[in-house]
Amino acid sequence: MRPSLNKDGGLIGLTFHGSNKLRLITAGAEAVIYEGLFLKLPSVFKVRISKPYRDRRFDSLIRKERTLSEARIIIAARKSGVHAPAIYYINADEAIIVMEKIEGLLLRDILDKLTDSERCRIFIDLGKNVGILHKAGIVHGDLTTSNIVIKDNNVYLVDFGLAKYSNEIEDIGVDLHLLLRAIESTHYEYKDVLFSCFLEGYRKVIGEAELELVLNKVKEIRMRGRYIEERRNRGV
Amino acid sequence: MYHFPDICYSVREVVYSAIIEVAERGLVHTGKREVLLVGGVAASKYLRRKFEAMVKERNVKLYVVPPKYAVDNGVMIAWTGLLAFKSGVQVRPDEAFIKQRWRIDRVDIPWIK
Repeated sequence: MRPSLNKDGGLIGLTFHGSNKLRLITAGAEAVIYEGLFLKLPSVFKVRISKPYRDRRFDSLIRKERTLSEARIIIAARKSGVHAPAIYYINADEAIIVMEKIEGLLLRDILDKLTDSERCRIFIDLGKNVGILHKAGIVHGDLTTSNIVIKDNNVYLVDFGLAKYSNEIEDIGVDLHLLLRAIESTHYEYKDVLFSCFLEGYRKVIGEAELELVLNKVKEIRMRGRYIEERRNRGV
Repeated sequence: MYHFPDICYSVREVVYSAIIEVAERGLVHTGKREVLLVGGVAASKYLRRKFEAMVKERNVKLYVVPPKYAVDNGVMIAWTGLLAFKSGVQVRPDEAFIKQRWRIDRVDIPWIK
Protein backbone atom coordinates (compact mmCIF):
# COMPACT_ATOMS: atom_id res chain seq x y z
CA MET A 1 0.00 0.00 0.00
CA ARG A 2 1.30 3.46 -0.85
CA PRO A 3 1.64 5.80 2.10
CA SER A 4 -0.72 8.70 2.17
CA LEU A 5 1.77 11.47 2.34
CA ASN A 6 -0.57 14.40 2.64
CA LYS A 7 -2.95 13.07 5.27
CA ASP A 8 -1.31 15.10 8.00
CA GLY A 9 -3.21 18.36 8.35
CA GLY A 10 -0.31 20.33 9.71
CA LEU A 11 3.25 21.05 8.87
CA ILE A 12 3.88 18.10 6.64
CA GLY A 13 1.04 18.99 4.29
CA LEU A 14 2.90 22.14 3.29
CA THR A 15 5.89 20.20 2.10
CA PHE A 16 4.11 17.49 0.17
CA HIS A 17 1.84 19.81 -1.76
CA GLY A 18 2.24 22.12 -4.68
CA SER A 19 5.40 22.71 -6.62
CA ASN A 20 7.67 21.06 -4.10
CA LYS A 21 7.85 17.62 -5.63
CA LEU A 22 9.40 14.81 -3.69
CA ARG A 23 11.91 12.75 -5.61
CA LEU A 24 11.90 9.00 -4.99
CA ILE A 25 15.42 7.93 -4.09
CA THR A 26 15.17 4.30 -3.00
CA ALA A 27 12.54 1.75 -2.13
CA GLY A 28 14.21 -0.35 0.52
CA ALA A 29 12.94 -3.41 2.33
CA GLU A 30 11.02 -1.52 4.97
CA ALA A 31 11.02 2.12 3.97
CA VAL A 32 10.76 4.38 0.96
CA ILE A 33 13.18 7.30 0.81
CA TYR A 34 12.28 10.58 -0.86
CA GLU A 35 14.22 13.80 -1.21
CA GLY A 36 12.75 17.24 -1.34
CA LEU A 37 12.42 20.51 0.50
CA PHE A 38 11.03 20.74 4.00
CA LEU A 39 10.47 24.35 5.05
CA LYS A 40 12.88 25.20 2.23
CA LEU A 41 15.58 22.94 3.68
CA PRO A 42 16.96 20.09 1.54
CA SER A 43 15.60 17.04 3.33
CA VAL A 44 15.28 13.30 3.33
CA PHE A 45 11.81 11.83 3.90
CA LYS A 46 11.84 8.30 5.27
CA VAL A 47 8.46 6.61 5.12
CA ARG A 48 7.99 3.15 6.60
CA ILE A 49 5.49 1.38 4.41
CA SER A 50 2.72 -0.93 5.47
CA LYS A 51 3.33 -4.63 4.85
CA PRO A 52 0.43 -6.75 3.53
CA TYR A 53 1.76 -9.87 5.30
CA ARG A 54 1.48 -8.39 8.79
CA ASP A 55 -1.65 -8.19 10.89
CA ARG A 56 -2.85 -4.60 10.46
CA ARG A 57 -2.69 -3.85 14.20
CA PHE A 58 0.77 -5.30 14.55
CA ASP A 59 1.88 -3.54 11.36
CA SER A 60 0.93 -0.07 12.56
CA LEU A 61 2.47 -0.72 15.96
CA ILE A 62 5.76 -1.88 14.48
CA ARG A 63 6.00 1.04 12.03
CA LYS A 64 5.18 3.55 14.72
CA GLU A 65 7.64 2.15 17.25
CA ARG A 66 10.48 1.80 14.77
CA THR A 67 9.93 5.35 13.56
CA LEU A 68 10.04 6.73 17.09
CA SER A 69 12.99 4.60 18.07
CA GLU A 70 15.04 5.60 15.03
CA ALA A 71 14.33 9.30 15.55
CA ARG A 72 15.14 9.11 19.27
CA ILE A 73 18.40 7.31 18.62
CA ILE A 74 19.51 9.80 15.96
CA ILE A 75 18.78 12.65 18.35
CA ALA A 76 20.70 10.94 21.18
CA ALA A 77 23.62 10.21 18.85
CA ARG A 78 23.79 13.86 17.79
CA LYS A 79 23.66 15.00 21.39
CA SER A 80 26.71 12.87 22.10
CA GLY A 81 28.57 14.49 19.24
CA VAL A 82 28.15 11.93 16.48
CA HIS A 83 27.79 13.41 12.99
CA ALA A 84 24.28 12.36 11.94
CA PRO A 85 21.36 14.09 10.20
CA ALA A 86 19.29 16.58 12.19
CA ILE A 87 15.70 15.49 12.73
CA TYR A 88 13.24 18.04 11.32
CA TYR A 89 9.89 16.34 11.78
CA ILE A 90 8.38 13.08 13.00
CA ASN A 91 4.92 11.69 12.34
CA ALA A 92 4.72 8.41 14.21
CA ASP A 93 1.21 7.48 13.03
CA GLU A 94 2.20 7.83 9.39
CA ALA A 95 5.68 6.42 10.13
CA ILE A 96 7.45 9.40 8.59
CA ILE A 97 10.75 10.97 9.61
CA VAL A 98 11.91 14.11 7.87
CA MET A 99 15.59 14.78 8.38
CA GLU A 100 18.47 16.86 7.13
CA LYS A 101 19.87 15.79 3.81
CA ILE A 102 23.63 15.45 4.22
CA GLU A 103 24.80 16.90 0.94
CA GLY A 104 27.82 14.74 0.45
CA LEU A 105 28.91 11.55 -1.26
CA LEU A 106 28.60 7.92 -0.18
CA LEU A 107 31.89 6.59 1.13
CA ARG A 108 31.25 3.47 -0.95
CA ASP A 109 31.35 5.49 -4.16
CA ILE A 110 34.40 7.63 -3.47
CA LEU A 111 36.68 5.25 -1.58
CA ASP A 112 38.54 4.11 -4.67
CA LYS A 113 39.15 7.66 -5.84
CA LEU A 114 40.88 8.79 -2.67
CA THR A 115 44.58 8.74 -1.88
CA ASP A 116 45.94 6.42 0.82
CA SER A 117 46.28 9.22 3.33
CA GLU A 118 42.77 10.57 2.62
CA ARG A 119 41.32 7.11 3.08
CA CYS A 120 43.12 6.68 6.37
CA ARG A 121 42.07 10.11 7.64
CA ILE A 122 38.42 9.32 6.86
CA PHE A 123 38.60 5.99 8.66
CA ILE A 124 40.19 7.60 11.72
CA ASP A 125 37.28 10.05 11.71
CA LEU A 126 34.84 7.17 11.27
CA GLY A 127 36.47 5.36 14.18
CA LYS A 128 35.97 8.42 16.38
CA ASN A 129 32.30 8.73 15.40
CA VAL A 130 31.58 5.06 16.02
CA GLY A 131 33.53 5.27 19.29
CA ILE A 132 31.39 8.19 20.48
CA LEU A 133 28.26 6.32 19.41
CA HIS A 134 29.22 3.18 21.33
CA LYS A 135 30.25 5.19 24.35
CA ALA A 136 26.79 6.75 24.31
CA GLY A 137 25.28 3.28 24.54
CA ILE A 138 24.11 3.05 20.92
CA VAL A 139 24.95 0.52 18.25
CA HIS A 140 24.31 1.39 14.61
CA GLY A 141 23.39 -2.07 13.37
CA ASP A 142 24.25 -1.52 9.70
CA LEU A 143 27.72 -0.01 9.44
CA THR A 144 28.52 -0.34 5.77
CA THR A 145 30.19 2.15 3.46
CA SER A 146 26.75 2.75 1.91
CA ASN A 147 25.60 4.25 5.20
CA ILE A 148 28.53 6.62 5.60
CA VAL A 149 28.41 10.00 3.89
CA ILE A 150 31.42 12.27 3.37
CA LYS A 151 30.68 15.97 3.37
CA ASP A 152 33.40 18.63 3.51
CA ASN A 153 35.89 15.91 4.44
CA ASN A 154 33.81 14.96 7.47
CA VAL A 155 32.22 11.62 8.19
CA TYR A 156 28.44 11.42 8.73
CA LEU A 157 26.59 8.31 9.83
CA VAL A 158 23.17 7.82 8.23
CA ASP A 159 20.38 5.22 8.26
CA PHE A 160 19.83 4.32 11.89
CA GLY A 161 16.97 2.02 10.91
CA LEU A 162 18.60 -0.98 12.60
CA ALA A 163 20.19 0.95 15.47
CA LYS A 164 19.43 0.20 19.10
CA TYR A 165 20.40 1.18 22.60
CA SER A 166 22.93 -1.28 23.97
CA ASN A 167 26.01 -1.41 26.14
CA GLU A 168 26.45 -5.13 25.55
CA ILE A 169 29.89 -6.09 24.37
CA GLU A 170 28.19 -8.60 22.04
CA ASP A 171 26.25 -5.87 20.21
CA ILE A 172 29.28 -3.60 20.01
CA GLY A 173 31.32 -6.49 18.66
CA VAL A 174 28.69 -7.26 16.03
CA ASP A 175 28.73 -3.61 14.94
CA LEU A 176 32.49 -3.74 14.29
CA HIS A 177 32.26 -7.22 12.79
CA LEU A 178 29.72 -5.97 10.25
CA LEU A 179 31.90 -3.02 9.32
CA LEU A 180 34.87 -5.33 8.89
CA ARG A 181 32.85 -7.70 6.72
CA ALA A 182 31.57 -4.80 4.64
CA ILE A 183 35.09 -3.52 4.02
CA GLU A 184 36.35 -7.01 3.24
CA SER A 185 33.65 -7.73 0.70
CA THR A 186 33.59 -4.41 -1.13
CA HIS A 187 37.05 -2.86 -0.63
CA TYR A 188 39.24 -5.93 -0.24
CA GLU A 189 42.48 -4.37 -1.47
CA TYR A 190 42.84 -2.00 1.46
CA LYS A 191 40.90 -3.74 4.18
CA ASP A 192 43.83 -4.06 6.62
CA VAL A 193 44.94 -0.45 6.46
CA LEU A 194 41.34 0.82 6.62
CA PHE A 195 40.60 -1.21 9.72
CA SER A 196 43.79 -0.19 11.48
CA CYS A 197 43.05 3.50 10.72
CA PHE A 198 39.52 2.96 12.01
CA LEU A 199 40.88 1.45 15.23
CA GLU A 200 43.24 4.40 15.68
CA GLY A 201 40.27 6.76 15.89
CA TYR A 202 38.11 4.32 17.81
CA ARG A 203 40.83 3.72 20.43
CA LYS A 204 41.15 7.46 21.07
CA VAL A 205 37.52 7.60 22.18
CA ILE A 206 36.98 4.35 24.05
CA GLY A 207 40.46 3.69 25.44
CA GLU A 208 42.89 0.79 25.26
CA ALA A 209 41.27 -1.49 27.86
CA GLU A 210 37.81 -1.36 26.31
CA LEU A 211 39.26 -1.75 22.83
CA GLU A 212 40.92 -5.01 23.83
CA LEU A 213 37.62 -6.38 25.14
CA VAL A 214 35.83 -5.39 21.96
CA LEU A 215 38.47 -6.82 19.64
CA ASN A 216 38.47 -10.14 21.47
CA LYS A 217 34.72 -10.26 21.03
CA VAL A 218 35.04 -9.43 17.33
CA LYS A 219 37.47 -12.32 16.94
CA GLU A 220 35.05 -14.65 18.75
CA ILE A 221 32.11 -13.54 16.58
CA ARG A 222 34.18 -14.05 13.46
CA MET A 223 35.00 -17.60 14.48
CA ARG A 224 31.31 -18.41 14.67
CA GLY A 225 30.98 -17.85 10.95
CA ARG A 226 30.55 -20.76 8.63
CA TYR A 227 32.85 -19.55 5.93
CA ILE A 228 35.97 -18.84 7.92
CA GLU A 229 39.14 -20.69 6.89
CA GLU A 230 40.51 -20.88 10.45
CA ARG A 231 37.38 -22.58 11.62
CA ARG A 232 36.87 -24.79 8.62
CA ASN A 233 40.33 -26.25 9.11
CA ARG A 234 39.52 -27.18 12.68
CA GLY A 235 36.65 -29.47 11.76
CA VAL A 236 36.49 -32.54 9.57
CA MET B 1 -6.42 -12.03 32.10
CA TYR B 2 -5.08 -13.09 28.73
CA HIS B 3 -7.04 -15.06 26.25
CA PHE B 4 -5.04 -18.14 25.26
CA PRO B 5 -5.84 -18.03 21.49
CA ASP B 6 -4.80 -14.35 21.48
CA ILE B 7 -1.39 -15.25 22.81
CA CYS B 8 -0.96 -17.99 20.21
CA TYR B 9 -2.04 -15.66 17.43
CA SER B 10 0.34 -12.94 18.60
CA VAL B 11 3.31 -15.27 18.80
CA ARG B 12 2.58 -16.62 15.34
CA GLU B 13 2.18 -13.13 13.85
CA VAL B 14 5.45 -11.87 15.33
CA VAL B 15 7.48 -14.94 14.36
CA TYR B 16 6.10 -15.28 10.82
CA SER B 17 6.43 -11.56 10.16
CA ALA B 18 10.06 -11.72 11.27
CA ILE B 19 10.80 -14.65 8.92
CA ILE B 20 9.27 -12.82 5.97
CA GLU B 21 10.97 -9.55 6.82
CA VAL B 22 14.36 -11.29 6.78
CA ALA B 23 13.52 -12.87 3.40
CA GLU B 24 12.38 -9.50 2.07
CA ARG B 25 15.55 -7.76 3.25
CA GLY B 26 17.55 -10.54 1.60
CA LEU B 27 15.71 -10.00 -1.69
CA VAL B 28 16.31 -6.26 -1.65
CA HIS B 29 19.95 -6.63 -0.63
CA THR B 30 20.84 -9.23 -3.28
CA GLY B 31 18.47 -8.08 -6.03
CA LYS B 32 17.31 -11.67 -6.49
CA ARG B 33 13.85 -12.40 -7.98
CA GLU B 34 12.96 -15.77 -6.46
CA VAL B 35 12.13 -17.14 -3.02
CA LEU B 36 12.32 -20.82 -2.17
CA LEU B 37 10.37 -21.88 0.91
CA VAL B 38 11.67 -25.18 2.31
CA GLY B 39 12.01 -27.04 5.59
CA GLY B 40 9.42 -27.99 8.19
CA VAL B 41 7.84 -24.57 8.41
CA ALA B 42 7.09 -24.63 4.66
CA ALA B 43 4.24 -26.99 5.53
CA SER B 44 2.34 -24.09 7.11
CA LYS B 45 -0.38 -22.83 4.79
CA TYR B 46 -0.64 -19.68 6.81
CA LEU B 47 3.04 -18.85 6.35
CA ARG B 48 2.69 -19.59 2.68
CA ARG B 49 -0.19 -17.10 2.37
CA LYS B 50 1.93 -14.44 4.03
CA PHE B 51 4.84 -15.16 1.71
CA GLU B 52 2.47 -14.92 -1.26
CA ALA B 53 1.44 -11.44 -0.15
CA MET B 54 5.08 -10.36 0.11
CA VAL B 55 6.24 -11.73 -3.25
CA LYS B 56 3.19 -10.28 -5.00
CA GLU B 57 4.09 -6.82 -3.80
CA ARG B 58 7.79 -7.26 -4.66
CA ASN B 59 6.86 -8.84 -8.00
CA VAL B 60 9.13 -11.84 -7.45
CA LYS B 61 8.47 -15.58 -7.71
CA LEU B 62 7.72 -17.94 -4.85
CA TYR B 63 8.38 -21.66 -4.88
CA VAL B 64 7.18 -23.86 -2.04
CA VAL B 65 8.35 -27.42 -1.49
CA PRO B 66 5.38 -29.89 -1.45
CA PRO B 67 4.29 -30.59 2.15
CA LYS B 68 5.20 -34.29 2.00
CA TYR B 69 8.85 -33.29 1.45
CA ALA B 70 8.80 -30.35 3.81
CA VAL B 71 9.29 -32.09 7.14
CA ASP B 72 12.26 -34.41 6.77
CA ASN B 73 15.02 -33.78 4.28
CA GLY B 74 15.94 -37.44 3.77
CA VAL B 75 14.49 -37.24 0.27
CA MET B 76 16.61 -34.19 -0.53
CA ILE B 77 19.75 -35.98 0.63
CA ALA B 78 18.86 -39.11 -1.36
CA TRP B 79 18.12 -37.02 -4.46
CA THR B 80 21.40 -35.13 -4.11
CA GLY B 81 23.19 -38.47 -3.75
CA LEU B 82 21.53 -39.77 -6.91
CA LEU B 83 22.53 -36.68 -8.90
CA ALA B 84 26.08 -36.94 -7.56
CA PHE B 85 26.23 -40.64 -8.46
CA LYS B 86 25.05 -39.94 -12.00
CA SER B 87 27.72 -37.25 -12.33
CA GLY B 88 30.45 -39.69 -11.37
CA VAL B 89 30.78 -38.74 -7.70
CA GLN B 90 31.08 -42.07 -5.87
CA VAL B 91 32.00 -43.17 -2.36
CA ARG B 92 32.43 -46.82 -1.38
CA PRO B 93 30.06 -47.62 1.50
CA ASP B 94 32.90 -48.90 3.70
CA GLU B 95 34.74 -45.61 3.19
CA ALA B 96 31.71 -43.44 3.85
CA PHE B 97 31.60 -41.41 7.06
CA ILE B 98 29.51 -38.70 8.70
CA LYS B 99 30.64 -35.12 8.14
CA GLN B 100 28.53 -32.86 10.34
CA ARG B 101 30.33 -29.69 9.31
CA TRP B 102 29.67 -30.24 5.62
CA ARG B 103 27.69 -27.16 4.57
CA ILE B 104 25.53 -26.99 1.47
CA ASP B 105 27.66 -24.13 0.12
CA ARG B 106 30.73 -26.44 0.23
CA VAL B 107 29.24 -29.31 -1.77
CA ASP B 108 30.43 -29.62 -5.36
CA ILE B 109 27.50 -29.85 -7.78
CA PRO B 110 28.94 -31.10 -11.08
CA TRP B 111 25.40 -31.66 -12.43
CA ILE B 112 24.88 -27.92 -12.68
CA LYS B 113 26.98 -26.10 -15.24
